[in-house]
Amino acid sequence: MNSLETVFAGVHFKNPIVPASGTFGYGREFSELYPLSKLGGISVKGTTLHKRNGNLPPRIAETPMGCLNSVGLQNPGIDHFINEELPWLKKQDTVVIANIAGADIDEYRQVAQKLDDTDVDMIEVNISCPNVKAGGAAFGVTCEGAAAVTKAVRAVTKKPVMMKLSPNVTSIADIAKAVEAEGADAVSLINTLLGMRIDIRTRKPILHNNVGGLSGPAVFPVAVRMVWQVANAVNIPVCGMGGVSSAEDAVEIMLAGASLVQVGAAIFADPLAPVRIIEGMESYCADNGITDISEIVGAVKPY
Amino acid sequence: MKYSMKCPVIRKDPLARGIYDYLIYAPQIAEAAVCGQFVNIKAEGFFLRRPISICGIDREKGTIRLVFEVRGDGTKVISSINEGDNMDIVGPLGGKGFELSDKSKRAVIIGGGIGTPPLLPIAEHYGRNAVVITGFRSADAVILQKDYIKSGADVILCTDDGTAGRKGFVTQALSEVLEKETPDMVYACGPMPMLRGVAKMCLDKGIRTQVSLEERMGCGLGGCLVCVCRTQKNDEEVYSHVCKDGPVFEAEEVLF
Repeated sequence: MNSLETVFAGVHFKNPIVPASGTFGYGREFSELYPLSKLGGISVKGTTLHKRNGNLPPRIAETPMGCLNSVGLQNPGIDHFINEELPWLKKQDTVVIANIAGADIDEYRQVAQKLDDTDVDMIEVNISCPNVKAGGAAFGVTCEGAAAVTKAVRAVTKKPVMMKLSPNVTSIADIAKAVEAEGADAVSLINTLLGMRIDIRTRKPILHNNVGGLSGPAVFPVAVRMVWQVANAVNIPVCGMGGVSSAEDAVEIMLAGASLVQVGAAIFADPLAPVRIIEGMESYCADNGITDISEIVGAVKPY
Repeated sequence: MKYSMKCPVIRKDPLARGIYDYLIYAPQIAEAAVCGQFVNIKAEGFFLRRPISICGIDREKGTIRLVFEVRGDGTKVISSINEGDNMDIVGPLGGKGFELSDKSKRAVIIGGGIGTPPLLPIAEHYGRNAVVITGFRSADAVILQKDYIKSGADVILCTDDGTAGRKGFVTQALSEVLEKETPDMVYACGPMPMLRGVAKMCLDKGIRTQVSLEERMGCGLGGCLVCVCRTQKNDEEVYSHVCKDGPVFEAEEVLF
């Protein structure tokens, strides 16, 4: 058995590395750089019921060891995803994780229902997008909101459901417990941290949306901490993300309790990052006599 | 195909204040690149890459030429890369480059400031059938005039302050050219107000016009969707992405 093989929420992954939603489109552009079959899976761009244009530019700002973005869930809508993107994705020999969002509970329910009849392997539910006015993070910052979305999605699909949590909360472990209680199969964290940059000459924010989500290596220690707290609070598996840029980072976040790892902003700096991380993890396993990567999940030895 | 690779710098020349001319050995990128595309360059110590348009492609020699201006700390770091060093490049990027017609067609090419480099291969294609109008702030910012003259095109140089060439904006020179002839194609790259002016003048006369746009960019590939520009298709407003739907757009599609 390949040492990186992973079973997560009942889904088989050839390795635990998955490009994160919103950093990899639907994968097509990256297939010109490497075969997508190298990846454990792909979490595709967040999809809503109808097409969304997203926010006005500028949508990105450089920050120390990271960036702020405010895309605002631009996407062509769930029907386009199912009809135009999914058939191609399913031929890439990798796990397809649909990522969904909504402005209200009914939108989440409708999008999840449409996906239930498709070949997607898993549904990741974004209740933590900081860049949209309605819905998004509003649901993810209270236990009641997070639970309500989970309950609505759970009721309409048999697919594994993974709730993507916001770090912009007082206790992320409490939110995780709330979604677990409503039947979530897994949680993924962290989405971006809300931030802001200002041009000191023009006194205007750099982002047209004024504020945006911080990601990249700058947020990695926050992600490790939150994954650790959540993994200790729930019995469902945790998908860790937030600034993972190297195989060493992936191992570290797995030690904190993640059994699957998403790679996001690192792809902006290096489109080959997911493949480089997989190769690095293979070496790590070989060098350390690890035959099954699940050995390291949650294996941190805290003081 | 697209490539992510470390490419040796063959030659580096300062062209004007803060503007550098790099010749890079990158045979795979040169082979795959088309006129109007760009590359995304790593700036050591910074998180995001910096998109730079391709100024020249030589498939036989396996080289690409990049001319860029130091605009901030990231491009400053890139400009410290010297001959013999490697440049970390992802490219060629861009879903749509400039569309070149038959060489016998007439073309007018308009470049403003650091928007002039990506247009050079167009002038080289049309040669004496092209009129090139380039504009700069002042004499110390003027670049690439020898290259444009060598292409065989008629070259008109404008500066805002009259310290080189004629005084005034490129749009004034363009209106004089358009009084004399109606070209088959117009190509433009430069600041947004210039592009807006050029597009209006040319589209009013029914001349097909292509413009190269820029926007703050993330991945450069189409994965992050940050680099949007407002366009219209079938009377509907669409947020297109400069990196994968452009960087070259039909001017009539762009909502300036």
